[in-house]
Amino acid sequence: MAATVRIPTPLRKLTNEQETVEVESATIGTAVEELEGKFPGIKERLVDEEGEIRRFVNVYVNEEDIRFLENQNTPLKDGDDVSIIPAIAGG
Amino acid sequence: MSKNSGFMKALKCRECGREYPLEATHVCEFDFGPLEVAYDYDKIKKSLTKDALAKRPHTMWRFRELLPVAEEPTVGTGVGYTPLVKADRLAKWLGVREAWVKNDAVNYPTLSFKDRVVSVALSRARELGFKTVACASTGNLANSVAANAASAGLDSFVFIPADLEEGKILNSLIYGARVVGIRGHYDEVNRLCAEIAGKYGWAFVNVNMRPYYAEGSKSMAFEIAEQLNWKLPQHTVAPMASGSLLTKIHKGYQELIKLGLAEDSKPVVHGAQATGCSPISAAYKDGKDFFKPVKPDTIAKSLAIGTPADGFYALKVMKETGGASDDVSDDEIRDAMKALAECEGIFTETAGGVTVGTAKKLVASGKIPAEDSVVLCVTGNGLKTLDAVQGRVGEPDEIKPSLREFEELIESDTKVKTK
Repeated sequence: MAATVRIPTPLRKLTNEQETVEVESATIGTAVEELEGKFPGIKERLVDEEGEIRRFVNVYVNEEDIRFLENQNTPLKDGDDVSIIPAIAGG
Repeated sequence: MSKNSGFMKALKCRECGREYPLEATHVCEFDFGPLEVAYDYDKIKKSLTKDALAKRPHTMWRFRELLPVAEEPTVGTGVGYTPLVKADRLAKWLGVREAWVKNDAVNYPTLSFKDRVVSVALSRARELGFKTVACASTGNLANSVAANAASAGLDSFVFIPADLEEGKILNSLIYGARVVGIRGHYDEVNRLCAEIAGKYGWAFVNVNMRPYYAEGSKSMAFEIAEQLNWKLPQHTVAPMASGSLLTKIHKGYQELIKLGLAEDSKPVVHGAQATGCSPISAAYKDGKDFFKPVKPDTIAKSLAIGTPADGFYALKVMKETGGASDDVSDDEIRDAMKALAECEGIFTETAGGVTVGTAKKLVASGKIPAEDSVVLCVTGNGLKTLDAVQGRVGEPDEIKPSLREFEELIESDTKVKTK
């Protein structure tokens, strides 16, 4: 079982410039831990001191914002696409 | 690339204060916080004086020291300095002593406040050596990027929700921009553009150029203050989509105070939303400092951002200045568009209806005291959202070219004054 995480430009220094990373975790929350194991330092970029996703970080599973799903408990299954995207301005 | 950085010092993270070079980048690598331009205010104070202003043309670029370009601007040099209209008849409708309309419905060249941000973003993009510019847009921004890029000889890509008002789509195509309609709402367009921007080396005005782009909105505040003879308004009502305009109007007022151009009269800034997309207004009413994202459903498509990037800062500005937020239904938006048109002869788009309608609610609830004065930021033109009022503002009477028929028509209408 593997989901694909697309790594945004600001975090690629931590992933040795890899644009995508495979994760085996069953939820977003555990995927963050898995990423931290592979790329130390990435967790504190994504999650604040209280363990919440940082307010300027948006996480999507298959194009849907996890705040409309189950936040960090959102399940991941084989073939899912995860995007991590900074909040951006109006238009 | 230009080595000179003008009056700019660096890009700075609004969250943690880390500094970055003045490049096309918008996010702090550490915490994803938005980057903002930091200026050398001591240098600006020496250059931006009332004497200097007296000699400059009436465009937004009069305030160029406070706008983030290194050299003189090269794109959109004629933008801004729209009328500030004393709106006595609208004031009565609102129930307030004095009202002014800052009328960006007639901004040059594409009839919305977006020309302000785009002229900054494209001027800066050229300084940084870009040849292709792009944006994610709810319509007005796309129009402005397309037009200003055309006049500057830059290639442009604009990404919009596929179901936008026809007028706004045509208003981008005409300039030869590459228009890509995305089957989804603006937040999805936005997400896609963030990913495209990471992959293609273009200047996305509201992605990697955002720190420069967003600063253009301050010019609205500078103009309002100068047009009020350097007295800051008691109250300002701004529409909120991402929340950026409201925060930049506040920043603009504060910069004028810092530079000694205006006195600190504690200007209050209020935010307006459409009920069908009101994450910021809902957070304000719940007393929260952060919003919950929503899926938009409103005729005010130009404000339909369910995940407002500057929502957090907009809430903070309202709290700090004593401002309030409210929201209006689709019918209230149309009523307010009609009121502005009938009272002042100004035809605004739905977003303007949101601002005017919300202002009326804020007066009714006492958030704007009836004895005070208010400036309403009207940001777009009604000719672009005709579908929103089609069939709801009456139909013309039709008669034969006959005086008798005309007289019958007039007699049937008791309201018509015959003298």
